[in-house]
Amino acid sequence: MLSYYIELAVRSLKRSPGLTLLMVLTIGFGVAASMTTYSVFRAVSGDPIPWKSSQLFVPQIDMWGPTGRGADGEPPDAMDYIDAMKLVRDHRAKLQSAMYQISPSIVPADASKHPVTTSGHAVNSEFFPMLDVPFQYGNGWSADDDRQRAAVAVISSKLNQKLFGGANSVGKTIDIEGKDYRVVGVLNNWNPQPRFYDVVNSGGFSTGLDDIFIPFDRAISEAMANNGNTNCNEIPKESGFVGLQNSTCVWIAYMAELDDSAAVKTYREYLDGYAHQQQQAGRFAWAPNNRLRSLPDWLDSQHVVPSDTKVSLLVALGLLIVCLVNTAGLLLAKFLRRSSEIGVRRALGAQRNSIYAQFLTEAGIVGVAGGALGLLLTGLGVLSVGWVLPKEIATLAHVDFVLLALTLLIAVLATLLAGLYPTFRASRVQPAWQLKSN
Amino acid sequence: MTTHPILAALRKHKAGVVLIALQIALTLAIVCNAIFIIGQRIERVHRVTGIDESNLFLVTQQWVGAPDGDDPSGVEKLDNMQREDLVALRNLPDVASVAPINSLPLLNSSWNGAISLKPGSEMRKGGNTRTTFYFGDEQMLSTLGVRLVAGRAFTAADVQHRSMHDQTEPTVVILTKPVADKLFPDGNAVGKAMYLDGSTSPTTIIGVIERLQVPGTGSWTNTFAYNATLEPLRIDANFTRYVVRAKPGRMDALMQAMPSTLYKINPMRVLDDDSVKSFADIRAEAYRADVGMAILMGVVCLVLLGVTAAGIVGLTSFWVGQRHRQIGVRRALGARKIDILHYFQIENLMIAGGGAIVGVALAVGLNAWLMKHFEMDRIPVVYVLVGLIALVALGQAAVFVPARRASNVSPIEATRAV
Repeated sequence: MLSYYIELAVRSLKRSPGLTLLMVLTIGFGVAASMTTYSVFRAVSGDPIPWKSSQLFVPQIDMWGPTGRGADGEPPDAMDYIDAMKLVRDHRAKLQSAMYQISPSIVPADASKHPVTTSGHAVNSEFFPMLDVPFQYGNGWSADDDRQRAAVAVISSKLNQKLFGGANSVGKTIDIEGKDYRVVGVLNNWNPQPRFYDVVNSGGFSTGLDDIFIPFDRAISEAMANNGNTNCNEIPKESGFVGLQNSTCVWIAYMAELDDSAAVKTYREYLDGYAHQQQQAGRFAWAPNNRLRSLPDWLDSQHVVPSDTKVSLLVALGLLIVCLVNTAGLLLAKFLRRSSEIGVRRALGAQRNSIYAQFLTEAGIVGVAGGALGLLLTGLGVLSVGWVLPKEIATLAHVDFVLLALTLLIAVLATLLAGLYPTFRASRVQPAWQLKSN
Repeated sequence: MTTHPILAALRKHKAGVVLIALQIALTLAIVCNAIFIIGQRIERVHRVTGIDESNLFLVTQQWVGAPDGDDPSGVEKLDNMQREDLVALRNLPDVASVAPINSLPLLNSSWNGAISLKPGSEMRKGGNTRTTFYFGDEQMLSTLGVRLVAGRAFTAADVQHRSMHDQTEPTVVILTKPVADKLFPDGNAVGKAMYLDGSTSPTTIIGVIERLQVPGTGSWTNTFAYNATLEPLRIDANFTRYVVRAKPGRMDALMQAMPSTLYKINPMRVLDDDSVKSFADIRAEAYRADVGMAILMGVVCLVLLGVTAAGIVGLTSFWVGQRHRQIGVRRALGARKIDILHYFQIENLMIAGGGAIVGVALAVGLNAWLMKHFEMDRIPVVYVLVGLIALVALGQAAVFVPARRASNVSPIEATRAV
């Protein structure tokens, strides 16, 4: 029966090629606009570490008090040195790391080459196991290296390619800011987007990648300047990098792994206890006002998904709805024009269900054709987002099987949905009335 | 022509009428808001920076193995290296002027703080004036091409130098007019004292420039977009920035030669692909997202209007076909072609008008929702009115072709059996 309906549908669609083309174009454009913006939205709202994000937490401590809080009572979104070091030393989470952004220059061994500047982070040894960082060669450094402020470094595969031609460089030496560091690990193409471990400095997305990681305390003792944001509630009392460390200026990102809700609760109590202690000691003149957000909540609170992306997706969905309404109107016109044909079929004994099947098949065929056009346009759309979107976001959008399947599925479902009412009306055609008027 | 028969006929096509009206309403709601977004982005992109943007470029470079700038001898060494660069750059034949600077408008890398008229006030408390800071020497004003409206420019004697982490406040500054007017509404800021960043030592205002935009382009800078304080200061750090004004027509060559020129002065530095950047590129990068959003909204609007117009043509054509016989009867009874044309035009006017009125409510509702959930301003009435007129006009334009076809139906149709 289906092949008969398909034949009927094709014949009917051929009879009014203009109207058919119009419907196919409408569906194609509507679906493509939605799916192109969705591909961008999907890319920026994705979970950068889905298997673990619910166990990763970002603590915030209110070291500024009421005058430094945001309108919603939020404490600063980064940490000062004093509190970050206290949290690392107390070591109350399963794994944890303080982090700050550095931009050291590296002098190639080959004297004829110019020095290169890199971007990276000073982190604690637990950073690597906590974030399941993949290694191509070697590994992270040990807790002992942390304590000894060892001159060790983990480098990206890209930097390894540049400096060592991609060979296993573990044990080799690199010159960072005039000092020798031993390479202990080479990352295996690790460039999570959003850069969830330091959203405050990267704004979530960045085109560059972190090339180098060195022990946090090593970077501090080398006075390696913070290359990220520094926010102060008051001017540091002493000058220099040491003055920054003794101030309440915030410039350090922090992350902790807490495996279950009991651990989260204990850690929350620990943070409040710490703030309370600081209050009693007179350092904070206010009640504890801490936050402990899981990674997804943290990304959300930092507005990592640009609002432009969300607005674009909404507007494109609006476009799709208009396209559906339009298709519904055109299908209605098309189906009712054939009232006499329906009358004849019904009079010859066709059931209402057969009319349903016949016209939904026709709508489905329009949907498939619209979907095919939508596939093409979505492909073009995703390829051309680079023209209109910032680089760091545009490069993340990509076409894959899921996107294409979804495009086709939505096109067909949407057209069937649009065809429901016209089909219902077609099935209600009174055979007697139609035959009479003929 | 009375509208009664049109209304009576519309009642027979309730579903079609509702679908077209709904489509027009939704289109109006989306198009109004999309065009409003476009308008806002265009307005943002056209904000003036206050500087003369042609022939201007920025050099950002990092020293290798330089002292950390926390001890006095390190600071002096860094300052010597910086001055060596400045002297060499100023001697280049293609250079009009050069100044050390910490940032430029639209560069999105900024030093911000607060100004108070009282000493030692808490920085984040109300009553302080937010400002961004630009640090540079006596050639900063002329290199940027900003206009001095009161007082004097910096002289070489004003210029200090210090490390990045040193908190000493300057003795003299130049303010932009918005800051000066906010602090001293009477317009006599020059010569007055004020306090920077909660400091207890006073700073004297020696000049006022007309306009200079802050480096930040995010919405967080909207409250102080033109509040800038210029300090006569060379910052000594592990990196330097130089803003360079090239002689007319010489910029490309100068930019091209810049890396080798700098390496010749001192090879122990890092220059990367972004180290030499024209101001045009800085501007394009800063507004890339805004331009992109405007283009995207424009494309969506075009598709929406196209789809809606096509929908009207399609459905009206169907109605014309369906009413062939009735049209023939009317023509046979004496209706002129123009009457038939008007019939369909008025019918469309009624549907589109009804849809557009619903659309106005939807547009305002959508705007309110966007305001609540995203950073969006209230849509001005004019956008909604223009949208309303545009959609009604679109309806009339779309209906014209099928309506004219209807008016060409011959009266003889009345006598033919269908």
